[in-house]
Amino acid sequence: MSELAIRVENLGKQYRIGLPQERYRTLRDTIAEAASAPIRAIRQLKERSQSDAPQAGTIWALRDVSFDVSRGQVLGIVGRNGAGKSTLLKILSRVTEPSEGFAEIRGRVGSLLEVGTGFHLELTGRENIYLNGAILGMKRTEIDRKYDEILEFSEVEQFIETPVKRYSSGMYLRLAFAVAAHLEPEILVVDEVLAVGDAEFQRKCLGKMSDVAREGRTVLFVSHNMSAILRLTDETIVLENGQLVYRAPTPEAVDYYMSAGFAQSGERIWRSDEVPVDAAPFCPLAIRVSDPQGRVVDTLRSTDPIEVEVEYKLDAPITGLRVGIYLLTMRGEFVFNSFDTDDPYQFEHFGVRQEGHYKSRCQIPANLLNEGRFILGMNASSFRIKRYFQDEHALAFNVDGTGAPGKHWLEPRLGPVRPALDWVIEKV
Amino acid sequence: MAQTQLPSKPLTPPLILRPTRGIGSLNLRDLWTYRELIYFLIWRDIKVRYKQTLLGASWAVIQPVFQMVVYTLLFGNLAQLDAEGNPYPILNLTALLPWGLFQKALSDAGRSLVTNRNIITKVYFPRLVIPVSSVVAGLVDFIIGFGVLIGLILYYHNIPGNGYQFSLNLPGLLMLPLFILLALLTALSFSLWLSAMNVIYRDIAHVLPFITQMWFFITPIVYSSTVIPEKWRFIYALNPMVGVVDGFRWALLGKSAPEATIWISVIVTLLVLISGLYYFRRMERTFADTI
Repeated sequence: MSELAIRVENLGKQYRIGLPQERYRTLRDTIAEAASAPIRAIRQLKERSQSDAPQAGTIWALRDVSFDVSRGQVLGIVGRNGAGKSTLLKILSRVTEPSEGFAEIRGRVGSLLEVGTGFHLELTGRENIYLNGAILGMKRTEIDRKYDEILEFSEVEQFIETPVKRYSSGMYLRLAFAVAAHLEPEILVVDEVLAVGDAEFQRKCLGKMSDVAREGRTVLFVSHNMSAILRLTDETIVLENGQLVYRAPTPEAVDYYMSAGFAQSGERIWRSDEVPVDAAPFCPLAIRVSDPQGRVVDTLRSTDPIEVEVEYKLDAPITGLRVGIYLLTMRGEFVFNSFDTDDPYQFEHFGVRQEGHYKSRCQIPANLLNEGRFILGMNASSFRIKRYFQDEHALAFNVDGTGAPGKHWLEPRLGPVRPALDWVIEKV
Repeated sequence: MAQTQLPSKPLTPPLILRPTRGIGSLNLRDLWTYRELIYFLIWRDIKVRYKQTLLGASWAVIQPVFQMVVYTLLFGNLAQLDAEGNPYPILNLTALLPWGLFQKALSDAGRSLVTNRNIITKVYFPRLVIPVSSVVAGLVDFIIGFGVLIGLILYYHNIPGNGYQFSLNLPGLLMLPLFILLALLTALSFSLWLSAMNVIYRDIAHVLPFITQMWFFITPIVYSSTVIPEKWRFIYALNPMVGVVDGFRWALLGKSAPEATIWISVIVTLLVLISGLYYFRRMERTFADTI
């Protein structure tokens, strides 16, 4: 067994949560609490003697997580939103302290929980390279040495003396990633940073990441992008509700993750504690798929249209809301992405969506999907304003190819779609 | 704890992350390791301060001079406060400069953690770096203003027959950096408390302007500290800025050296500083969670 870079034992992190309006404590609250503290203390003593019940208003974002990573290993971390991935990375990169257990780290850690941390809009690209580099833990001489390389990678040479507030979002991201990509710690901790930018840039980042991985550095890599995980990592751990539920070579772990928790047969219902606080005023209730007879089922026919329904509540009006779905293959590749206000008339009509209980429905046309298993995700956002809620793996369902075009040949068709095309055969 | 021996090359000792309880160590060496970050944050604050302003760094001159003019009209001319042989503008500006340094440092550093929350929640570094760099960043404005003060002193010195003679006080001038340091440390010590509290209670941001305003009046800026009756000097010196301002006037205006009560100022600052460091270290563990 090679030497360890990271050892994590029974790591746990407890957060105090409150109602959204209680997130900022004020002096008044503390004074009021202090006044009622004796009474509460007595009550708590009583309760504690009665049961080992969890303290009200707290959640364990992470609990009893133990694993180790050997030097030079590239470990993937997957899990749904709120599974504790980010909390784990935050603890390992020392941004926050664990509430219990411990982690032992051998080597200099560089963490990349976000690209462009500390970028200042008023500063020029060049100045931000230095500032951001220093914040990420690079020495000045190190930045000097890598400056040209960073500049080249960022592809923004001609704007390097321009304040970054004049940059397009793509340029900004490229510059930010360029700095981050040139970090050279012994252990690199990376959160979902590849989820940004255009496809071409993502490919470039992914290439850089795999270079880093090949250089024999220890990397912890969190992503929702299963093809990135498959490509970069050898082994992957799966987190679920703050606990480590599976650890295996990456292909197995990805299979496990993609099919886990999808047994709800054509329907995914969100309990209120699964919805992050910052989703408010949007509250997702359910997403379901049904056949033409209106039955909510797990397996649908490729030759039938598939009815998709998203049910949600708005506790306050939202301007410019769009509720949409993602369709992904089991390997995490996108098939398509569609929103309920894609139609400009619809978008205008629902400029402000009032509070209330809603269902957004659509149909995936018949004869579109190939047979196999698909994943349905959902997203609710106001473009460029706020992403209220997102779950890229809300639901999985099977598509049965019986009767699909070309089915009389017993061979699988390639690709996620299997459209029925109107072929015309002419003799000329 | 049983630890499997690994055949490893000598590395930095393993870092253990675990919940800390009770009073932790101050671990000030960390601050030295991160000196380059302090440098870059100071540099950022200075760079950004006058970006996209028409007058740029002249603001560092305009602000104290304008204040001086107003106070001279109000207190020097109208209220006829005793300037003790010095032209009132000089008496006033000598105090306004260290005061400006202190006030800017206190109000910037007091808010600094919250204004830098985007990096606090994403990257590790000793959080002390933030208030420390905020405090130091004010020095540039101070130095610019100091040039103006010297110019003003020379101007009055060269007006023939107005009775004012600039008397160089060498021991005082040599001590000047120490008084500047005292002003900075006082600002730092109070902002350690205030910035850490501001993370949890945003009330602090509202209290800060009020604090500095009150503090202004209990510091001998528009008046000379000699107007305070002898028997109250002891209590008056609990405000460390009294020592700083008296020191400045001693060095630059040839007034009497600060009395022994300056040690009270120093002790107050050190007490607040040390307690502030412990408080800050204690609160720092949860900054990223509560900010």
